[in-house]
Amino acid sequence: MKYGVVVFPGSTCDVDAYSLVKDVLKQSVEYIWHQEEKVTGFDCLILPAGASFGDYLRCGALARFSPVMKAVADFARQGGLVLGLGNGFQILTEAGLLPGALYRNTSLQFRCQDSYLKVENCDTPFTREIPPEQVLKIPIAHGQGNYYADPETLRQLKANGQIIFRYATAEGEVTPAANPNGSVDNIAGVCNESKNVLGMMPLPERASEALLGSADGKLIFTSILKYWEECRL
Amino acid sequence: MLKAEIKVLLKQGVLDPQGQAAEKSLSALGYQNINQVRIGKYLEVTLNEKDRTAAEAQVREMCTRLLTNAVIEDYTFELVEV
Amino acid sequence: MKEQDWRSLGLTDEEYQMITKSLGREPNQVELGMFAVMWSEHCSYKHSKAVLRTFPTEGERVLQGPGENAGIVDIGDGLAVCFKIESHNHPSAVEPYQGAATGLGGIIRDIFTMGARPIAALNSLRFGPLEDARVRHLCREVVAGIAGYGNTIGIPTVGGEIYFDPSYRGNPLVNAFCIGLLEKDKIKLGKASGVGNPVLLVGARTGRDGIHGAAFASEELGDDAEQKVPTIQVGDPFMEKLLLEACLELINNHEILGIQDLGAAGLTCALSEMASRGGTGLEIDLDKVPCREEGMTAYEILLAESQERMLMVVAPEQEAAVHEIFARWGLNSATIGRVAADCILRIWKNGAVVAEVPADSLTEEAPVYHPASVKPAYLETTSVLDLEQIPDVTDANQALLKLLAVPSISSKEWVWQQYDYLARTCTVVRPGSDAAVLRIRGTKKGLALTTDCNSRYVYLDPYTGAQIAVAEAARNLVCSGAEPLAITDCLNFGSPEKPEIFWQFRQAVEGMSAACRALKTPVTGGNVSFYNESGEEAIYPTPTVGMVGLLEDVEQHCTQSFKAPGDYVVLLGETFNELGGSEYLATCHQLVKGLPPRLDLAKECAVQKTVLTAIRQGLLHSAHDLSEGGLAVALAECCFEHEIGAKVELATHGLRLDSLLFGESQSRILVSVPAEKLQALLQLAADNQVPAFTLGKTGGERLQIQVDGQMQIALPLAEAKATWREAIPCLLK
Repeated sequence: MKYGVVVFPGSTCDVDAYSLVKDVLKQSVEYIWHQEEKVTGFDCLILPAGASFGDYLRCGALARFSPVMKAVADFARQGGLVLGLGNGFQILTEAGLLPGALYRNTSLQFRCQDSYLKVENCDTPFTREIPPEQVLKIPIAHGQGNYYADPETLRQLKANGQIIFRYATAEGEVTPAANPNGSVDNIAGVCNESKNVLGMMPLPERASEALLGSADGKLIFTSILKYWEECRL
Repeated sequence: MLKAEIKVLLKQGVLDPQGQAAEKSLSALGYQNINQVRIGKYLEVTLNEKDRTAAEAQVREMCTRLLTNAVIEDYTFELVEV
Repeated sequence: MKEQDWRSLGLTDEEYQMITKSLGREPNQVELGMFAVMWSEHCSYKHSKAVLRTFPTEGERVLQGPGENAGIVDIGDGLAVCFKIESHNHPSAVEPYQGAATGLGGIIRDIFTMGARPIAALNSLRFGPLEDARVRHLCREVVAGIAGYGNTIGIPTVGGEIYFDPSYRGNPLVNAFCIGLLEKDKIKLGKASGVGNPVLLVGARTGRDGIHGAAFASEELGDDAEQKVPTIQVGDPFMEKLLLEACLELINNHEILGIQDLGAAGLTCALSEMASRGGTGLEIDLDKVPCREEGMTAYEILLAESQERMLMVVAPEQEAAVHEIFARWGLNSATIGRVAADCILRIWKNGAVVAEVPADSLTEEAPVYHPASVKPAYLETTSVLDLEQIPDVTDANQALLKLLAVPSISSKEWVWQQYDYLARTCTVVRPGSDAAVLRIRGTKKGLALTTDCNSRYVYLDPYTGAQIAVAEAARNLVCSGAEPLAITDCLNFGSPEKPEIFWQFRQAVEGMSAACRALKTPVTGGNVSFYNESGEEAIYPTPTVGMVGLLEDVEQHCTQSFKAPGDYVVLLGETFNELGGSEYLATCHQLVKGLPPRLDLAKECAVQKTVLTAIRQGLLHSAHDLSEGGLAVALAECCFEHEIGAKVELATHGLRLDSLLFGESQSRILVSVPAEKLQALLQLAADNQVPAFTLGKTGGERLQIQVDGQMQIALPLAEAKATWREAIPCLLK
């Protein structure tokens, strides 16, 4: 399976996503410069974490106009898998490929810490290999990960099963204390209606090897691989 | 030339953590009559344009496309001669 | 020129005479400005140079010692690490966010200038007491500035230290450390070579930022310090990220003859150092420098400290490639001159020569002073500590809780949770343990990093205190499973023109040198920051040590936390009646007195060797260096992370109870070891002549310490942990 990691000026965790695919998942991977107008030959695109365009104006607001984003939107429309991590999630909401918006943490501070995620929908290409009821330990690292959607959008997200991850306690209880940034309904990750575009603020590429403290994040990537293998048959 | 003075605020109903923090600090400083503090941003765009109607349409488009995010933000602007 | 002209720039009358002698004429205004910044303490090290030469700087692994932008050490497999620590104290005192941010930006540039990919940062911070509102502001903003810059550029801040003491109230210390990784045959130096080769200035445009910043760093902070704010530079981490990528792309794919970052004293410093190191001259046309503001004078362009800029010399056939790469990254690049044969910096503006100075006269020929040095009078009083006059501890529970709530000891989570310490997915041991551990991608190896200095010890005895700073840094690395390799230092002191301060400085350098020799950790570079004073008060002398260690197998790393109940708790090293300079004495008796604990370097080496061997043999579950707060605090710290308690029994053997529990005797490490490996550990300790005491076992939800059969400390972990964890957030609320 072939991944593409989109590189915007200021992307910093492009190398993390790239190394994960190459060294841990042992799949092929290529960087895609943001000026590219075409993306072909990829099975999954990752919009990596970091601070595209310095996070200036609003996180993701400037990257969304990079030429590559038209191609990403086309790729998604054709059913291709797109995974937005951290800043990548912000870019996808700014681009309108995912609903809602991400803004400043209620603490007004950057937060780097482990978060525990309750998986709300295990029936997506990104979550199918996650055992039901398993709580994922995956770190967050952001200053602007506070997810907002208006009540009507929220209602639709729930109805369509688009809320994928919610911040929870280690035991899987969704509580206000487990919410690290003020996100509405503790939302940590959402997908689009057709479930092939996922955005999440926790960073699974940082939790895919035991040496780094958790391998729970790898389940997301093994899900993607399984989905891809089945699609090929 | 025309200058657009654009003010961007979080929508009413979207929690404004910065505004709330400033509100608390002002109360702590002894300002008893604070009702609400909201914090947003201020942008200036100078345009090589004399026609106010054209400029207005253009600024509105800039705000919708790039300068603000309609999911969480509202904006107002004024055009002044420079 | 009038006296006022040079004196207002910080030059003495004698220095002005030296300048006229060197030039054979009077300097013009531009030249005078260049000399003033280059001969400032910050750039010339004129007061410290002679003393710094006594540092041990050589070792098998040292590839680049002091004198370049950063030091480089061989780590095998064809790889090397490049690292340095630097101060940004004065800028942070007046504009803490930008001061701290640009401090980090500057040290990151020093690393990639050498051709290394920056992989991690540490910060050593010191503030006054958090009870002071101004200090709280400084602390919040410094941390936010480091976070803002480091997180955006994507270099993880993985550790460091933070202390609070009244001596830093008016003059905080912000020391930034960065480390990078490179292939050892790709080292780049800051030299201008090859007559006729183009000189390029790349990165940000030049504005009027920070003119005379270097001179500002070379004087005490006066009452008007905050009015000097205009000299502060503003950092742009996005710009630096682009600059970093463009420079590394260039270095890895093209031949760069010399590269140097622009920091203090801006273009003047970069030009003169590159020419001087290369034994060449430079012809520079200031009209070619991309400026951010209109109408900038030669003086302003030469002295501006605008951030995120680099100077490089390339072969003519590479010039086009440089412009292409920088354009692709959206950055400026301009050819501003050529390398010349005559060792002269010749600066042109509007078709006329505006400055013509021998490069060496700005660098090598800067004055070297041998300031007077007198043992400070305060040592007469502080060194006297009569323990008989101090009642022994009666409520050890309370004393421990009190110590756990001291901001210098308590949890620093409030600080490091604002740093992206996981970026680059190499962080194996996160902030909060003795040292940070990173894996090195593509190898089995790991790096351990720490910064250390107990400045109260240095104040009470500069020689021993500085030795301890080195020893403790090495101990922290060893506790993480790493072999210490080398150090970089940031020597923060008051005014060297005061004999008492200079005595502290000399003693500290001697102490560090002795410890570095014994521990085989040479000095590869660093920085001196003098004039850390406000009002009449100098800071505690603070020679911060940044140390790097190597793990041959990163899987064999170790942390301070107890891992399992039922393990044996063993103390390696001896405890003496030593309370001088302790946190206990300061916190529970409001005394900063006595001599710091003794340090026996042979014993230190033995205990470190024992622990490193034990970790490599897989004997240990945890290892923690004993420092501030002594044994009781160390035990508590081992319990917190996994909430595993411990029950230990101690015997006084003629020691005071407070010395036993809270004394800070050196060369001690607390380890936990599974039952089946206890004998092997004890044998290993005996083989190395290290005293080992099996104190008790891990387990339970309490920390219990019995002394001579009597329960002295019995605390529910939850209570102790809450006290330790909440202390800093509560003070900052």
